Parts: sequence; C-alpha cells; structure tokens
Amino acid sequence: MAFGPYLFLATLEGLVMAAVLALTALGLSLVFGVMRVVNVAHGEFFMLGAVLAWAVATTVSGHPALGFLAALVVSPLIVGAVALVSERLVLRRVNYNPEATIVATIGILYILQQLALTFYGPEARPVVAPFDYRIRFPWFGYSAYKLSIVAASALVLAATWFLLARTRIGLVMRATQFDAETATAFGIPVDRVYAGVFAFGAMLAAVAAVLIVPIQQAHYLMGHDPLLLSFIVVIIGGLGSLRGTIVAALLIGLSDGIISVFFSPTLAKIIATMAVALVLVFRPQGLFGVAAR
Amino acid sequence: MTGKRTSLLLPNKNLTRRTALKGMGAAAGLMAAPGFVRYSQAQSSEPIRIGFQAHRTGIGAAYGRWYERVTTAAAQAINDAGGINGRPLEIVTEDDGTDPKRGAEVVEKFANQHKTDVVFGTLFSHVVVGSAPAAGELKMPYYVVSEGYHVASGSLNRYVFQPGITDVKAQVRAVGPWIAENVGKKITLVYPDYAFGHDHRDKFPERFEAAGGTVVGLVPIPPTETSFTRYFPQIPSDTEVIYHVMVGPGVLTFVKELGEFYGSSGPKLFGFIDSLEAVDINSPGLEFLDGSYFWEGMPRYLQPDASDAVKAYRAAVGIDDNGASVNDPKDVSTSAHMFGCWETLYIIKEAMEAAGYQGPADRAKLVEATEALTEFPEGPEHPQGLKVFSPMIHQSFGQQYISQVSGGKLNVVHTTSIEDGMYEPEADYTSMPL
Repeated sequence: MAFGPYLFLATLEGLVMAAVLALTALGLSLVFGVMRVVNVAHGEFFMLGAVLAWAVATTVSGHPALGFLAALVVSPLIVGAVALVSERLVLRRVNYNPEATIVATIGILYILQQLALTFYGPEARPVVAPFDYRIRFPWFGYSAYKLSIVAASALVLAATWFLLARTRIGLVMRATQFDAETATAFGIPVDRVYAGVFAFGAMLAAVAAVLIVPIQQAHYLMGHDPLLLSFIVVIIGGLGSLRGTIVAALLIGLSDGIISVFFSPTLAKIIATMAVALVLVFRPQGLFGVAAR
Repeated sequence: MTGKRTSLLLPNKNLTRRTALKGMGAAAGLMAAPGFVRYSQAQSSEPIRIGFQAHRTGIGAAYGRWYERVTTAAAQAINDAGGINGRPLEIVTEDDGTDPKRGAEVVEKFANQHKTDVVFGTLFSHVVVGSAPAAGELKMPYYVVSEGYHVASGSLNRYVFQPGITDVKAQVRAVGPWIAENVGKKITLVYPDYAFGHDHRDKFPERFEAAGGTVVGLVPIPPTETSFTRYFPQIPSDTEVIYHVMVGPGVLTFVKELGEFYGSSGPKLFGFIDSLEAVDINSPGLEFLDGSYFWEGMPRYLQPDASDAVKAYRAAVGIDDNGASVNDPKDVSTSAHMFGCWETLYIIKEAMEAAGYQGPADRAKLVEATEALTEFPEGPEHPQGLKVFSPMIHQSFGQQYISQVSGGKLNVVHTTSIEDGMYEPEADYTSMPL
C-alpha cells in the first residue's frame, strides 16, 4: 500500500482509539480531579458497561439498532448505580483516604471482575452493530460504524463540557475540586458531589464501552487495557483537566494508531509509557494541569 | 473511625469449651459422612481418576467449555460399557485459567491432592509447555489434546503424549500442496505471535514451496491484540491467498475486520478454523467468507457421507447438524479440536488395559504401554478417522479436512491422506529414562 492511504488508515484507526480513550480517561480524570482519589476499578466499570450492553442488546428483540440504543441508555445507568453503591459502601467509609482508596478500589476491581465471570461467563460475546455499512475508499474498506464512534464520542464530550462549564452542577463540582473545605463552608454538600462525580465517571467509561462493544466483544478481562491507557492519558493531560484529557487522548490515540501501523504496537506502548515518564519528570502536573497548591 | 471493632487476626475470646467441642463433633461427623468413606473393598473397585486440566476461564474458555462436555460424554460412554479394566472412570476437573503458571500448579494439585492416575486434556500450547515439566518431575502421565508441535519436537519429556489429535506440523504439511494447487501460489501468513503461530510460520513453507508456492508476506499478531485493521496494510498487494490462523476472544473481530478491509474483492482466503472456532460462520459481517476455505480437524457441519461412528459421536457430545449445541443453536462447538478429548480418553483406556494398570505405582508401565501402541482404527472410539501413532515422538498422525464455505455451511471439499502430513521422527522419547 502506498504511503498516503497507509497514513490515512493509521489516522482513522488512531481517531477511533482516541475517541474511546477520551471518554474513558475523562471519567478517571474527573474522579481524581474532584475527589483526589485514584479509582483503580475504573477499567472494570468499562468492562461492566460492555457486559451489560450485551445483556441488554440480547433481551431487546427486533432491529439490532433498537437493542444497541437501549444498551446505550440502560447500561451506563446501571453502571452508574453500581458505582454509586460502591462509593457509599466503600469509599465513604475509608474517608476518601488516597492510599486506602487505592486498596479498596483494587478490591472492587476483583469483585466486579469475578462477578462478571460468575454471572456472564468467560466467553467473549459480540453485540451486533446498530448499522452495518462499509465505506469503500479506493484503497481499502472501513467500517462506517467505527467512524460514527468518533462522532458519538465528540457529542458526549461536548455535553460533558457543557455540564461542567455552563450548569449549576458543573459550578458545584468545580468549586469542590478547587477547595473542598471552602465549598463545605459555602453550603455545598461535598459528600453528595463526591458520590455524583464517582457515578458520573463510571458512566462515562460505560458509554465508551457500549460504543466499542460492537467492534470488540464483551469479555470479563477487557478492563485492563482501558485502565492502563486512561492512566497514561490522565497523567499526560493533567489530572482533572477536561481539555488536557482530550488533547492527551488524541495524542496517545493517534500516535498509537500511526506508530502501530507503521512500526509495531509494542513500540507504540513503549513510546506512550516513556511520554508518561517524561511528563512526570519535567511537568508533574501534566500538560494542562494546574500545579497542586 | 469509631465504634466496635472486631479483630480479624486474633481468635475470638468468647470461645468456650462447649463451642470447641461442638466444632470438633461437627468435623468428626463430616468425616463419617458418605463422601468421606474410603474404599474398604478390594482396590479394583475404586474408580480410575483422570485429572482433567481444563481451560474454564481465560482466553481458552470457549474451547474449555466444549472440551469439558466432550470429556464428560466420553467418560459416560466408557463407564456405560464397563469402564477401564472393570473399574469406573472418574473425571476430576481443575481450571488452569489458560495460564501456564497455574497449569503447572494444577498438575501438582492432581498429583499430590487429588491423587489422580493421569492428567489429560490441555489445549493451549503455552499451558502445555508450562505444565509438562511438572508432569515429568512428578512422573505423571500427561495426555494433551493441544495440536501444538512441542510434543513431537522432542522438547518435552517422556511422560507427555499427544495421541488423540494431530500436530500443527503435520496439519500444515498436509494442506500446503493443496493450497498451492487449488487456491493460489503467492501466500501471506497471518498468525498469532507465540509458539503456536510460530509453528505455522516455520512448518508451513516447506511442502507449500515444494509444490510451487511462495510465501510473500508474514504478519505476526500479538496474542493479546483486540484490534486488527492496523496489521492488514502489511499484507503485500501481490498476495493471492491470505492464510489466517487466530485464537482467543478476539477471533470474531479479526475476521470481521478482515472483511471490512477487503470486502469481497480481496485475495482468496485459506483459514485454520481456529480463527472461527466457537463462532457462527453466519454472524453478521462474515458474509464475505463465502467461497473461502478452511482447515478443519473434524468437520463442524454434519457431512452427507458421515459414518455411523461420527453420528453416534455427535449425538453423544450433544451437537446438532450445524455443529452447535443441541440445547442452544447459538452455542457453536469447537468441533475441529474437541474430538481429541474423546479419542484420547479411549487411548488412555486402551493403554491402561494393556498395562494391566492397578494404581499410581504402575504409571511407568502405563507410559511404556502407551508407547507400544501403533494404530487407532477408525470407529466409534476414533470417529475422526484412522490414526497412526509414532511412539518415538509420542504423536499421532491422521487425516485433515479442507472445507469450503458455501450456503452458510462448511462443506468438506478435500480430505488429505495420513501420509500427506507425516514426517520423520525428530526425537526419541523412548530412549529417555522413566
């Protein structure tokens, strides 16, 4: 294949990856930004979203698009509820202590994973894509659904930005992020904000998972990669920064797409990990993060 | 945190003499319960215990599920016919998570805790390679159903056998010339980047090239990959045939993306059914496979000329004419591999009866008895077809099936002869100490 089309394919692959990554990482970034805790179970919320998408899509009969749309609504809601429950039952009980939270969320990670294994089973199961159209470029074909993921992800990201920057809920969240104690003094129910943010972060991961599950099957171990990549994106972009997360997701997604097409996927991972190391050394707050006060 | 705290580490101070006595009484009661009764009769009525190392979870789960069903069905059939040497067969199953490290632990557990007579049933080659040393050290006969070349290569030990399924080297040697003559001469190999895929890469070219073919491209794919489109540009444009073999949970994605990339206008396809084991070939997005070819170890769809033995086997393991579970048409079997469990259990039976096997003390005798076997005739015990066993490399040779996708089914278009796949033994396990 000639260089031009080759690069084009690599860019498409990278964009799809960046789109999914941006959603997943944004969830992680919000949780850290507002609550100052690291949610190691984030990848499992992603997995849970995919598994539930399969469950919902198979119960809804009729056109595959109906099942998919139902999954897109129901799956994130259930995942949000699960996150809310685990926040109330676990995170609040350890007083959001950063170290304790890491250990606790590792526990949640295994609980969710084993529950999925017990009730969903070890198989990889597909969800039928809402539409099946193959775009024919002169050099190769590409799934139209994959490109629609990019559009859907952009929509969700725009909605999240609107929520954070233009609504009262967003204001409250930003206030909590800025200074939780002062926010409490001004009558903001910080405790409830925490619960909401944790659930919302998990829901973003679930949306990303529902979008990806027609092209990658739902499997109980699928949470590992998104977690790792989300951490990379969040560290590079700056914790709690929406803009930083999106820029870093594009950067990581595109470079991963292009490097793995032209060289090897392993090299792409090496470079991404090295970028994390460099950012940690030279700009610990991330590209767009604000230095800790 | 405030409030009453109970310690997890220190014993409960409220433990009274009465509670302690109760606990001991309960334990004694458990020991006396029916499950704990040891066999007080002669040893000959005690069941023969076969440790089944199953891929219940991990990347081999789809295979594991079917391996377990076939194993259960075969054990049932053997027991209904009187067992082994008049003793019933008992299958003890342990999950290895398709993980080599756990695989070795499972073998040890079988030997030391379950005290099984043999271990059997492993599929994934990295688990076999990881578990074989443990089997060798524990002197535990280890009958794998893996199709990997590692047994025949001589790199394992005298306790490891693969009598119930052919190995990759024999498979690719058998199909190579047929591909060159019937599908195309310029081929690109797409394979998983670990031992199993490397066997394909290294063993396929010899006979394919002797038949006038050329390997124009090699595309290794990491085994944990979940997205495949990025690898397809590496396939050279002068490729006439794409040879694909893929395993793990991503197989459906792999084949779908191959279809999206090329549509129906791409190079011809010759796949190992591994790329689609446990996957319905009529899944949405797989329409482009129509007309393409697959290697099958044993046909998934019931063929018009199927023997009575094949029909009886299919009924026993519970698959319908389309190779899916009779209980759930969406639950597609791993038909091309799982027959190996059936046949291997019958080979263990044959070897145990030849050895006059009594118990673990006779394991060395069992190894020698297995090495004395040379042929397994086609029939109810070996429905896939005749096998010729090579004792030096502990490996069976058999026929291979080449099927074409048409009308939403896999129809066998060619059956290779046993000689097509045979090669000279490259090792001699029988000269190793027992």
